[in-house]
Amino acid sequence: MSYRISRRKFCGVGAAAVTASTFSSAFPLPAFAQAAARVVVIGGGFGGASCARALKAIDPKLQVTLVEPNKTFTACPFSNNVIAGLRSIEAQQFGYDKIAAGGVTVVAQAATAVDATARTVGLADGATLSYDRLVLSPGVDLRFDALQGYDEAAATKMPHAWKAGEQTLLLRKQLEAMGDGGLVVIAAPANPFRCPPGPYERACLIAHYLKSKKPRSKLLILDAKDTFSKQRLFQNAWKELYPGMVEWVSLSQGGKVNAVDPATNTLITDFGNHTAQVANVIPPQRAGRIAEIAGATDKTGWCAIDPVTFESKSAPNIHVIGDACLAGAMPKSAFSANAQAKVCAAAIATLLSGGTPATPKLINTCYSLAAPDYGISVAGVYQPKNGLLADVEGAGGVSPADAPREFRAREADYAQSWFSTVTAEVFG
Amino acid sequence: MKALRVAVAVATVMASSPPVLAASEPPPGAASCSGCHTSGAAAASSVSRLYGRNADEIMTAMTGFRDGSLPATVMNRIAKGFSDDELRAIAAWLAAQK
Repeated sequence: MSYRISRRKFCGVGAAAVTASTFSSAFPLPAFAQAAARVVVIGGGFGGASCARALKAIDPKLQVTLVEPNKTFTACPFSNNVIAGLRSIEAQQFGYDKIAAGGVTVVAQAATAVDATARTVGLADGATLSYDRLVLSPGVDLRFDALQGYDEAAATKMPHAWKAGEQTLLLRKQLEAMGDGGLVVIAAPANPFRCPPGPYERACLIAHYLKSKKPRSKLLILDAKDTFSKQRLFQNAWKELYPGMVEWVSLSQGGKVNAVDPATNTLITDFGNHTAQVANVIPPQRAGRIAEIAGATDKTGWCAIDPVTFESKSAPNIHVIGDACLAGAMPKSAFSANAQAKVCAAAIATLLSGGTPATPKLINTCYSLAAPDYGISVAGVYQPKNGLLADVEGAGGVSPADAPREFRAREADYAQSWFSTVTAEVFG
Repeated sequence: MKALRVAVAVATVMASSPPVLAASEPPPGAASCSGCHTSGAAAASSVSRLYGRNADEIMTAMTGFRDGSLPATVMNRIAKGFSDDELRAIAAWLAAQK
């Protein structure tokens, strides 16, 4: 039961909130109340921040701690607009003050250890947090061991921009510096990876920039897959909006990038080399490292979960949500992470009160922009089936292929609305 | 034995927490809505706020989206994933939210 953190260590990290959960005895509680259950959430993105807030909303007595080393969160959805010069990075950034003000203890430290038996989390500063239930929402780690030549140093030359922030701005700067007539190459990974439609939306929005500013330029997508999310809609948009500018090379056409040479900005496939003026290399990914430390990953590098509670199949009392988990048919999206977080929070509250969580249903909706006023979407409804989250048959799917531009404009507007609404729910 | 465990669990819940948990727990699917339909103060959004809306209105809209009689961009695809009973439960829960 010990909570081995001193107040001193938390200076400047919301001392009032820390006091509330660390020293609950300071608050008058009814004599019959048992000690409030403790839930630690690791990762302050769409999944973790949503979950911490939802837990507190469901049961205000829970002691909820959110562990996130960054003081500012930079959102990935709409970061392709930043790359295309359509949006500022500041519009992507959110803080944790409101979450802390709602009674969640926000600890600005990296989690470095998990002891699933003792139910403790070790932090980078040496402190330890005890939990009754742990939620991991660590997002993805980029695999710097997967493509020959693509390590962290290479990413400063050939940005991935698959975690929003400095990398997003680097790719933007490179596009601005490129002369007209240059070649931009996007290397897209095999499944599964964060944001399945992301590389193709990025191709659209970069093409949107090139078309107006550098119209003789070309964009090549080298893909490790033969099919991709919203494929027909994207391919139609490339033809309709950016004729002759975007070329997609599938796996079977030799699109898989095996190695890169950052010294020359060259991407190497089985079929030849491509030297780019701007090379955006999106490498294969896996669950954030803390998931592996916690024993929650399987041999794929991702986290198998129970589809009702999101509890890890290998690490008891540890729940995994968002991009890090294997959610069956549910894609790795911010919408999914937010929806999973709320279901997971309800399940944890029920488990902590001795109940049995109800079988959930979840929804995902992912918008992509082919141009600022041209939105397309994919949606799905999911329920547990055979130990996984499966598509509810007959539901979901992508926007119609033959819709008028007014329909696309409406979906672009809904995309913006979704971002405002979800970020307000999570951080506002 | 199971009945006893349930009884103990119920007693524990009643003793240690207000009934807010059970009353506010969203039915299957309902928690996802607030990703697009704000749960906060009415914002400048093209997407309607559903909390506190009349349950019959929500039900009529959802069944209309599902059978295609109401035009939609994405709600038609989502509504097809829910039965009448599920939609009724979701509509009632949304209507009960502040």
